[in-house]
Amino acid sequence: MSPESGASRITARSQIVLLIGLVLLWCLVWGQFSLLTVVSGVALAVIISLVFYLPAIDLSGRINIWRTIVFFLRLIVDIIGASLNVAWLVIDPRYKPSSAILAIALDTRSDIIMMFTAEAISLVPGSIVVDIDREESVLYVHVINVKTDEDLEKLRSSVFATEKRLVMGIGSKDDVWRVQQPNELTRSSVRRK
Amino acid sequence: MQIALIVAGVLFCAGAVAALYRVIQGPSLLDRVIASDVFVVTIMCVLATEMALNHHTETLPVLLVLAAFAFLGSVSFARFMAKQDQT
Amino acid sequence: MTWEAVREIITMGLVLLSSLMCFAAGVGLIRFPDVLSRLHAATKPQILGLMSIGAAIAVNNPRIGIFALLTAIIIFQGLTAPITAHMVARAAYRSDHLRRDLLIRDELSVSVEQVEQGAAVEDPDGDKR
Repeated sequence: MSPESGASRITARSQIVLLIGLVLLWCLVWGQFSLLTVVSGVALAVIISLVFYLPAIDLSGRINIWRTIVFFLRLIVDIIGASLNVAWLVIDPRYKPSSAILAIALDTRSDIIMMFTAEAISLVPGSIVVDIDREESVLYVHVINVKTDEDLEKLRSSVFATEKRLVMGIGSKDDVWRVQQPNELTRSSVRRK
Repeated sequence: MQIALIVAGVLFCAGAVAALYRVIQGPSLLDRVIASDVFVVTIMCVLATEMALNHHTETLPVLLVLAAFAFLGSVSFARFMAKQDQT
Repeated sequence: MTWEAVREIITMGLVLLSSLMCFAAGVGLIRFPDVLSRLHAATKPQILGLMSIGAAIAVNNPRIGIFALLTAIIIFQGLTAPITAHMVARAAYRSDHLRRDLLIRDELSVSVEQVEQGAAVEDPDGDKR
């Protein structure tokens, strides 16, 4: 597709990952892994990725299975705990609404890490991503039930922890180096005064 | 067992009625979109409850279709709102 | 059979949890003051409700195909719910459907102002309010 061999190799790899993902989803929907579903799944996946062409995702090519499992388990625990928290908040008669919108500058420069971090913190109740600045990788997060500045800082650090777990799972080497640095080094240029 | 079932049914109904109230009453279009989303997911949960209690899985594909339609509806409404706002 | 009884109790507990979550979503829709907080109440407890009811179905029909389909439904809902929430939240923020007196800090408005000052000369693509 593209003249440079490196770029086309990355494109081919992410296309293959996309194809495998689509076939897996097709098999999951049918609920069986027979020859028929796999063959029809491959045919459909090829047709779909040719007709609805997506820009290639820049996959890092590094995956740490153990860290990824840790990320998903922690996500499920977070969802359960925070869902119960929001449910209690709804029923609690003394609850006074007070919320905030925070600008959170992430370390990563990769689109897919940013997307998954946004998905994860939107799934965990209590925070919703309102807007994203892609160039500076800043997430604007709406938070519910915050009263003091300490609450805000607690949420900020929990978002950074989510990002760090995700980068340790599937991030590139560059991003791993970046999240391991102290915050002031990598974020000072982006963080608003 | 029977009492727990009745409690669950009452809670489901109350949730659905609250969502319907917000659909009718909602001050803005976005409120209605959110509320109809909640309503659809409540229906999904009720269908799934019926499946779990009667030990069958015939309506599982219905759940998938409902999820897809709720998603498409909400997203297109949100886009429509954003477009409308720009003019 | 004792296994039957245990299964009944587990199913009932999961169904009750799910109905509680749906109820919380409904009450949250009524009680919360603006669109953004209603989004919190609406989109989040549903994921847990759906997860628990899916677990109840899997407990009652332990077959690999059912398990795969349930996983697909939950992953689908888990991937799409944040997208819906984000789109609605963005539209709500841009069309001013939120109560700013309830926000104790709003860092997005600061950057919107910065962008408007910085790029006032360039042709705004309609994204800024």
